[in-house]
Amino acid sequence: MSELSVSSNIQRNPKYLELVARRGRLAWTLSAIVCVIFYGFILMIAFTPGILTEPIAAGSVIPMGLPLGVGVIVVCCLLTGVYVYEANQVFDPMFEEIVKDASK
Amino acid sequence: MRILKTALLALLASAAVFAVNLAYAADAPAPAQTPVNWHAVIMFLIFVSITLGITYWAATRTKTATDFYAAGRGITGLQNGLAIAGDYMSAASFLGIAALVYYNGFYGLIFSVGWLVGWPIILFLIAERLRNLGKFTYADVASFRLQQGPVRTMAAIGSLIVVIWYLIGQAVGAGQLLHTLVPQMSYRLSIVVVGTLIIIYVTFGGMKATTWVQIIKAGLLLGGATLIALGVMAHESFSFEKLFSDAVNIHPKHIEIMKSVVPIGAKANPIESISLGLTLMFGTAGLPHILMRFFTVTNAKAARKSVLYGTCFIGYFYILTFIIGFGAIVLVANNPQYVVDVSKSILDLKGGGSMPAVYLAHAIGGDFFLGFIAAVAFATILAVVSGLTLAGASALSHDIYANVIMKGKATEKQEVWVSKMCVIGLGIIAVLLGIAFEKQNVAYIVALTFSIAACANFPILVMSVFWGGLTTRGAVAGGYTGIFGSIGLLIIGPTVWTKVLNMGPAIFPYDFPTFFVLPAVLIVAWVVSVTDSSESANKERAAFDAQKVRSETGLGAEAAAAH
Repeated sequence: MSELSVSSNIQRNPKYLELVARRGRLAWTLSAIVCVIFYGFILMIAFTPGILTEPIAAGSVIPMGLPLGVGVIVVCCLLTGVYVYEANQVFDPMFEEIVKDASK
Repeated sequence: MRILKTALLALLASAAVFAVNLAYAADAPAPAQTPVNWHAVIMFLIFVSITLGITYWAATRTKTATDFYAAGRGITGLQNGLAIAGDYMSAASFLGIAALVYYNGFYGLIFSVGWLVGWPIILFLIAERLRNLGKFTYADVASFRLQQGPVRTMAAIGSLIVVIWYLIGQAVGAGQLLHTLVPQMSYRLSIVVVGTLIIIYVTFGGMKATTWVQIIKAGLLLGGATLIALGVMAHESFSFEKLFSDAVNIHPKHIEIMKSVVPIGAKANPIESISLGLTLMFGTAGLPHILMRFFTVTNAKAARKSVLYGTCFIGYFYILTFIIGFGAIVLVANNPQYVVDVSKSILDLKGGGSMPAVYLAHAIGGDFFLGFIAAVAFATILAVVSGLTLAGASALSHDIYANVIMKGKATEKQEVWVSKMCVIGLGIIAVLLGIAFEKQNVAYIVALTFSIAACANFPILVMSVFWGGLTTRGAVAGGYTGIFGSIGLLIIGPTVWTKVLNMGPAIFPYDFPTFFVLPAVLIVAWVVSVTDSSESANKERAAFDAQKVRSETGLGAEAAAAH
């Protein structure tokens, strides 16, 4: 069967549309979380630098901004892990199924 | 093959001559009083011989265009993750962030964070879709269902501007670094050595050699940075509180360095901060040499994994550079061995502003470790320049030559031949520009390259993949708005207008134009697309569903080479 007709079979498959929407929701939600965290950090720098420069404990020289900044880096790594796990382990097998069905 | 052997022999011979010259230079009294750092020279020569060996191996396995541009699509997720980290952790980010922290303290962390947050976005939105839709360049994806000529030309112009300016920055950095570490070697000779090596890596070994050079370099850089950070922490009894309070005591600005949300001495400016954030985040997702890496992996699964590995390596590395910057305040500042004149300023270092990390290595591990880190920094520049050159050459040969000029009728042999010629041309251009820009202020390069990547390459790529309504006219109008809008505002902005051209107060008050240009690009691309009622535009919109199936499922995606 030609690739073109496989492709049009897939386009008509409601399961395909649902999966694309679900994975898309995951990807855009995670993107939104990263943006909210990062621009939250940036907006704090711009508007409320006092919170970031506050020491983490009385007598400490370490400002709040430091663990927060490192936290942004760590959260980014964790969220990429979440997406890769979901996409590779959960979604990929279902997409493969759909392509196989459409190629029959 | 014979040409390659001759070239390798010639290079080894010239390396030997170079080493002998150095030995003589070391004996000669003037002009340099500093002894040759043999540790650095020997480790650098070891790195060069290993990478040339890899190039030879890769050359025997590079036969098709897919081998040359995309390493036969046989790179695994972990390998590509390391290579991504290798491409991204340039000498500028290693020496630069450490230096930023050394002078400004906390402020450097904002760059570390900003340069990392682009990666999750690349993963969620573009990595797997690039792999599924593209062949060799990101323009393949942007022009997938649009008219090849105009869209590829626009994308190639965007790529080339980014690549060439990035190259200038790297070449100037390489020349200065090598000249400072091995004063017997002139700035020009340093740049010529870099240019020659990368031309050999890329023309003979293509993407395979480039990828392995990146992987080795990433391993060396991660290992070296880990050792420096461990050295710092051992010196500070493994207490962060002690590290930071020692730094606060030594730094002339004292506690200010922990409160610097903007560069020390600058005024806080919300729009500038947001614009900087946008530029760093989306600029990463529009760098052509980074996007090209996704065509080298076997499939979309491996593309995703490679971003996960890459993000973790890069994040770890940035946390290390932060420790290294503070370690340099404790161990390098106020040390007469490294500082120009302790009575004037305890921060000003011999050899210029990018040296804190290098001297810290010396303070921790003596000449041997300094030599190792210097060789790593140099390997870093070589690797990043190779990746950039290959990305630039592929834009010229695959996009402009094969698809715009020859309209897809060029044979694979012709295309690869053209790209090898482009590699040689770009290598020579990089050397010449590196020499021309020796004494120039190149501070605007990061803003320029990341702004164009964030305002032209990234939005057009994302719109072409996600929005079926994008038409050729919209993509081209939006893309050029991004390219010329960024360049125009940068020229009339503070860095170029005031500091480089000395024209007085800047017309446009911000260093980073992305806050204004990125929305303009999206609006222009949208308005021009929705008002485009041409017949070709209708066909382009209709072709979106099939493109979407391929981008989401990988149906019809370029397969990995069989060998």
